[in-house]
Amino acid sequence: MNKLLAISQSPHISGNYSIRKLMLGVIIALVPAFITSLVFYGIGVIIVTAISVLSCVLFELLIQKFILKTEVRITDCSAVVTGLLLAFNLPSNIPWWIIITGSLVAIGIGKMTFGGLGNNPFNPALVGRVFLLISFPTAMTVFPKAAGWGTPYLIPADKLDAYTGATPLNLIKEGIKSGKSIAELMNINNLNYSDMFFGNIGGSLGEIAAFALLIGFAYLLIRRIITWHIPASVIGSVFVFTGLLWIFSEEGHNILSGALHLNLPVIQFKDVNEEIKVFHMADPVFHILTGGLMLGAIYMATDYATSPMTGRGMIIYGTGIGVIVVLIRVFGSYPEGVAFAILIMNGFVPLINRYIKPKRFG
Amino acid sequence: MLKTFAKGGIYPPENKLSAKSGIRDLPLPKAVTIPLSQHLGSPSKPVVEAGEHVKTGQLIAKSEGYVSSNIHSSVSGKITKIDAFIDSSGYKRKAILVNVEDDQWLEDIIRSKEVVREFSLSSEEIINKIIEAGIVGLGGATFPTHVKLNIPRGKKTEYLIVNGIECEPYLTADHALMLEHGEELMVGVQLLKKALKVEKALIGIENNKADAISHIAALAKKYEGIDVYALKVKYPQGGEKQLIKALLDREVPSGGLPIDIGVVAFNVGTTLAVYEAVQKNKPLFERIVTLTGKSVKNPSNFRVRIGTPVSLLIEEAGGLPCDTGKIVYGGPMMGKALNDLSVPVTKGCAGILILPETESLRKKIEPCIRCSRCVSVCPMGLEPYLLMGLSQKNLYERLESDKVLDCIECGSCSYICPSNRPLLDYIRLGKAAVSKIIRPTK
Repeated sequence: MNKLLAISQSPHISGNYSIRKLMLGVIIALVPAFITSLVFYGIGVIIVTAISVLSCVLFELLIQKFILKTEVRITDCSAVVTGLLLAFNLPSNIPWWIIITGSLVAIGIGKMTFGGLGNNPFNPALVGRVFLLISFPTAMTVFPKAAGWGTPYLIPADKLDAYTGATPLNLIKEGIKSGKSIAELMNINNLNYSDMFFGNIGGSLGEIAAFALLIGFAYLLIRRIITWHIPASVIGSVFVFTGLLWIFSEEGHNILSGALHLNLPVIQFKDVNEEIKVFHMADPVFHILTGGLMLGAIYMATDYATSPMTGRGMIIYGTGIGVIVVLIRVFGSYPEGVAFAILIMNGFVPLINRYIKPKRFG
Repeated sequence: MLKTFAKGGIYPPENKLSAKSGIRDLPLPKAVTIPLSQHLGSPSKPVVEAGEHVKTGQLIAKSEGYVSSNIHSSVSGKITKIDAFIDSSGYKRKAILVNVEDDQWLEDIIRSKEVVREFSLSSEEIINKIIEAGIVGLGGATFPTHVKLNIPRGKKTEYLIVNGIECEPYLTADHALMLEHGEELMVGVQLLKKALKVEKALIGIENNKADAISHIAALAKKYEGIDVYALKVKYPQGGEKQLIKALLDREVPSGGLPIDIGVVAFNVGTTLAVYEAVQKNKPLFERIVTLTGKSVKNPSNFRVRIGTPVSLLIEEAGGLPCDTGKIVYGGPMMGKALNDLSVPVTKGCAGILILPETESLRKKIEPCIRCSRCVSVCPMGLEPYLLMGLSQKNLYERLESDKVLDCIECGSCSYICPSNRPLLDYIRLGKAAVSKIIRPTK
């Protein structure tokens, strides 16, 4: 026989998996949220997403080719995912140059400085988002209202009131300061749970529609691209922690004493003017439906490189994120804290991996 | 809900191409090369010399020490030389070359196919016959069987487990054996029960062999204390530790043996060999081997004399396919790639797999994205990504404390890795280095 045989160690077969397939899976899972967003926010969604994805891919290409002079790996689609997630974290009316700045920070600082895919300690898209939030606080917090397909991309100054507004979290946070109850605030601002579930609210491009994000979650689970641990522990811990606080708030007290005849105390505190105030708080369902929680829990916290390697580690990490989210939302000065919470817990991942080992056999 | 082991595991395509092909006797080769090291432990010592005539079944090499095994001639003919030949490891090792003249068996081997059910031997007598017959674990580990049967003082055996899992994709040797030699297998189980002095035997078969399950279960009803379990298909369920976990929900402690939790496990092939040795006086000189592959003309199960070159099996299955890229000695998950077709079939060879060129080469290694798939599929609860990194950096102490020696080398981590990283290669290196430090060889 005059043919060369391949020699290698076992195993001699391998599963049909690749980074590209996993990334394409994530991209497919983001499609429902993208379409929902398009329906509510109009053409800006396409423009912002396109700029973000293209600039992320371009920056990765340029950095790999000309600065690092390594192999160009844009075909693995990880930069596309970063670009998509960055776009999903931006308002759909944000100027193009801010998006490009965010992409440069996300890819350049968030990913490439650490050695590229798999080596970055912090989620690149969130690094980009937080950079923009701190640098351009106004542009990053003027959200379009869910005004429908006809919304223009860059909203003219004289139509700001017609087309922009605050997120539900923002409305509630500001409202509580004025001493109003949650029920009143929901009423004044026309907020209800079905709008929040289906995405008919103001917010970042990709975070508004809980149902679309959950469809993507189901897809990711079925394709085994992610496991349930992180999303369940993030959402679960937010639900439990906000629930515990809510029981002792004016709202929780009213409902529980009415329905169950439970007379639990209501937290009271002194404000800066030494006036005694009662503690108002939105219920747990509100907290899991609003803001970037679903987007963060399902798509951002589960980023492979920046999350723990074991199931138990993932649950610790996810619970940590949930607790920090609630602390920021309820006691912090920002209305929303998902991005910060994930980045903070990203920092703990090496420690978690070091000390939380899988249960060994035997 | 069918039983299976709890932690990890993968579901590779089964590709059991030769499942329905039965067992055929392979014609005798012109010459056989019988290696002196076909088992775990020290190589056997030849008791014949070049020029001598031997009969089929005659002892040609004696076990050297406790963990070793007797080796018998698989053909009758003239010994031409005792020299070093390339074996499945790829290295030259000492072997006995016999030129085949005819097939005269030793007189005391009973060649009739009739099943002999009755036996009156004591435990010790059975074990002695097993030692004489040179029986080793035929599942692939080739651990001398008598060592497992010799229960250390202070240990109690509760269960005998018979392994009919055959979780390696492609391979069907055990499947065919269970279908065609079920009766003999049952007697073998009774013999092993007697040897171990246990009352209960469990036979585990994966659910992809429905015909074997119903056949064996029907036969087992005639005997007392043999239970047959159908298990959910999952690789590596054929691993001893995983099988025990699946059947009894007991875990062999790290660094321990099944006997530590009251279990002794044997492959169905080993069990059949025990039957033949005890009831028919037939030493272990042939075994069932699957010759398979997607482009192989007739994937088959052959009854092969030990020492037969792999090339003869390939010829009998329709020749070497044009698109051959790799020839694997064993199954695709744990087998060894061959570089030479004259390599002989030995006691531990359950199959020869011919892979086409398109599946032969490894894919490009990409960076680790820390997807944690290797951790979740590891049946031993290890962290392959970490062990690979530690091994690359020669951090032996941490390798040891992160339990590198628990690795059973099943290959699930390398199989599942989306970045095609050679996890198991590096873990093997680390494992070898660590065990060398812990147990220095002479």
